[in-house]
This record gives sequence, C-alpha cells and structure tokens, in this order.
Amino acid sequence: MSTAIDISLVEVAAALVLVAIAIVASRWRGAGLEEDIAVAVARSFVQLTAIGYVIDLIFSEDSAALVIALLTVMVVFGAFTARRRAERVPGALPPLLVALALAAVTTLGLVLMLGIIEPEPRYVVPVGGMVIGNAMTAAAVALNRLGQDVTDRAREIEAALALGATSTQAVSGIVRRSLRSGMIALVDSTKTTGLIFFPGTMVGMLLAGADPVDAVRLQLILLYVLLGSVAIAALVSTTVAARNFFTPAHQLREPPAP
Amino acid sequence: MLFELEQVTYSRDDKVVLRDLDARLPVGASAVVGPSGSGKSTLLRLLNRLADPDSGRVLYEGADVREREVLALRREVSLVPQLPALVEGTVHDNVGYGARLAGHSFDARRCLELAGLERSFEGREASKLSVGEQQRVMLARALALEPRVLLLDEPTSALDEGARDAVESTLRRLRTRTSISIVVVTHDRDQAIRLADYAVRIEDGKAGEQGPIEQVLAA
Repeated sequence: MSTAIDISLVEVAAALVLVAIAIVASRWRGAGLEEDIAVAVARSFVQLTAIGYVIDLIFSEDSAALVIALLTVMVVFGAFTARRRAERVPGALPPLLVALALAAVTTLGLVLMLGIIEPEPRYVVPVGGMVIGNAMTAAAVALNRLGQDVTDRAREIEAALALGATSTQAVSGIVRRSLRSGMIALVDSTKTTGLIFFPGTMVGMLLAGADPVDAVRLQLILLYVLLGSVAIAALVSTTVAARNFFTPAHQLREPPAP
Repeated sequence: MLFELEQVTYSRDDKVVLRDLDARLPVGASAVVGPSGSGKSTLLRLLNRLADPDSGRVLYEGADVREREVLALRREVSLVPQLPALVEGTVHDNVGYGARLAGHSFDARRCLELAGLERSFEGREASKLSVGEQQRVMLARALALEPRVLLLDEPTSALDEGARDAVESTLRRLRTRTSISIVVVTHDRDQAIRLADYAVRIEDGKAGEQGPIEQVLAA
C-alpha cells in the first residue's frame, strides 16, 4: 500500500523558513505568539522524534501490552492538556480521562472487531493516536464552552432549579450547545474534505507514493472513525463534567453573583 | 409558623453573609428588609434550599428543610429571582416550564391572568417582552406550579414605576384570590408596607427587629 520515502534533517530544517514567516507575522502585528511558536517548534521536534523511536520499538516488539501502555499514556497526557482549556470546570480531569479512554476503547474496539484495521501495532498505534488527539480537542472545546456558559448563565440555571428542575434539566440546554461546539469543527471539516482541504493521512499516503484510491479509502475510514470518537468524547466529557457544577441537592456550587 | 431559622450561619468565598441568625416568618405575607448586601437574598435562597447553611437549621412548617425531598420542596416553595431569566420560546413555553418538569397540568391563561398579563401574551416570544412583562411571566411560571409559598427577591428592582405598580397590584390581588403565602425581599421600606403584614429586619447578616410591619418599620 505504501512505499518508503527518505526525508533528511536538512529538508526538515528548510521547512523552518515557514516558521520564520509565522514569527515575523506575529511580531509585526503584535500578536505576542513568538515565544509560543518557538516552544511549539522545539516541542514538536523533540516529541515527534521521541515518539518516532518509541513507535519504532513498539512496531519491532509487536507487543499488545506496549501498544496499550502507549495509548494509555496518550489518554493521560490528552486529559491533562485538555484540562487547561477547561479551567472553569470544577474537577475536569476525571471526566476527561473517562471521555478519552471511552472514545479510544470504543472506536478502536469497533474498528478491530469489524475487521476495518488489522490488530497490529503498525495500524493500531497511529489510528489510536489520531482518535485520542481528536477526542482531546473535541472534549477540550466542549468543556471550555460548558464552563463559560455555566458561569455566564448561572442566573438562568438557578431560576430553573428554583422551580424544581433537577441539575441535569437545568443545564441541559448548555450541555447540548457544548456538545455541539465540541463536534462542529470535525463535522464541518468532514463536509468540506476533498474540496477545500486534503486531510493529513491522505496527503501523507500520496506523498509516500500510495495509490490515490487506497489513500482516499483509508482517509474515509479515518474520518468516520474520528466522527465517532469526537462524539463519544464530547458527549461523555460534558455529561460527566456537568454534574461537577452542582451539589447532590441540585444546588449550584458557585451561585450567581449577588 | 411557616419558616423558622435557628442560629443560621452562611459564608460565601470566605465571607460570612449570615451570622447566628434567628428569624421567624409566619403564614401570610412577610417582608425581609434591610440595606443592600445585608444578606436578605441569601436568606431567601436558604428557604427553598438553593443553598444550605454552614450551621444552624431552617425549618419549614416545623420540619428541617433538609428532611424534605428537595425538588418537591422547591415546587411547593417557589422562588422568583430578582431579574427575569426566561428560557427560549414563547410565553406559554415559559409558563409551563416548571409544571411540565413536574408532570403537572397547568392553565397558562389563568396563571398569566393572576400575574397581571392578558391572554394575548401566551403566544408571544418571551425574549421580545419588556423587563416588566418578563418579570410577570416569571411570576406566572412560578404560579403554574401551584405553590404554597412564593419567595420574591426584590421583585420590582429592575422595573420602572409603572411596571412596579402593576407587579405590586398583581401581588396584592394574589393574596386576596389565593391562599399563597409570600415572602418578599426588598430594600424599599414603602414597598414592604404595601405588600406585607410582617417584617424581619436584617443588617450585616444578623437579624434585627421582627414583628408586625408597622412596628418593625416604625423603629
């Protein structure tokens, strides 16, 4: 399906010209992102190089335990990263861990059971990484919106509680909108895929010399898998995290400002 | 006695809002009066368990409110907040909001009428009403639960004089037409006299004088 291509470090370094453009643009317009861009470039180099060696080891060992360990590390890092976007959500880490783990287990479990991908590290690791990465983004966006809306609409929530609504009922509209926020980016990009942009997997396969039809089919599978995983992540994270705003007696832990 | 607060202390963000407060509110119409920031609204929220005290007890008809099923308590003791907070949809959708959650039937037109709004309001978009009209829809949706007690937090603070008079006359009419007890929080001494027979004064989170309204407000 694929042929190897050789990329030298010189070619990677040449691509830094584009990073220079980003830094110049940020400085010119005072966006203040120069340091962040530099950190992002350094981290991406170190992290991807490290993961390259880890993946190389896992592929050569062909051990299910190693694959599961790597995916677990991804889930934990993903949950910690997403928590930073969910700072207004009390106790956001456990819901994020549950959401990312469930998204990974359910989607990977299904694609393996249905025979869509082979149960080999070469397939499970990259697909798992994409599933967890997209689930992380979706959960982070959904919880960011949830925290913002519960804060902004605390008066409405409390007015509903005052009429005998349960905490779940009082926050249901907000949870619905948060879920939507978490999913909408991937839904929109899936709608325009092939028209406005070429997704990464397909680009990678084409660059590596694969047959375009194979590249498209694999990309379609991944897009559908990702839709499932972001839905699970956004649904589980918002549903579980929404409870954290309330006491068991259906009271807002942070009531609206007087 | 409708409500009794015994040695109630409540803090928020490490600030004591109510301190060792003892108060009694009888059946009928009571006013909780005092300056802004004295803890009046907090006291109201303790009555239907939107918050619980750090220490002390709140009794409703002689029993600790924490012994009651909280959702049933809030349907029986309904709170209308200071500012309107309606859900998206029509006035009808809003009037029936709490009643539908409770699985009760409701007569939207009667509730609107009791709240001082004409029947023609039923199909209108809630978000397009004036603040005064929205506040009366808030009242109508509390009435749709057929509560025994209405808790009103500064019910006219966001309204102009005309709308204030309309809401006040609605509340006075409610008292003559229903057996609902009212606890109204207000910083307005004259409004307390117009709406209530009994008053509790709160200052700096502590209960001051309490008793018949003329006696308390004459002090």
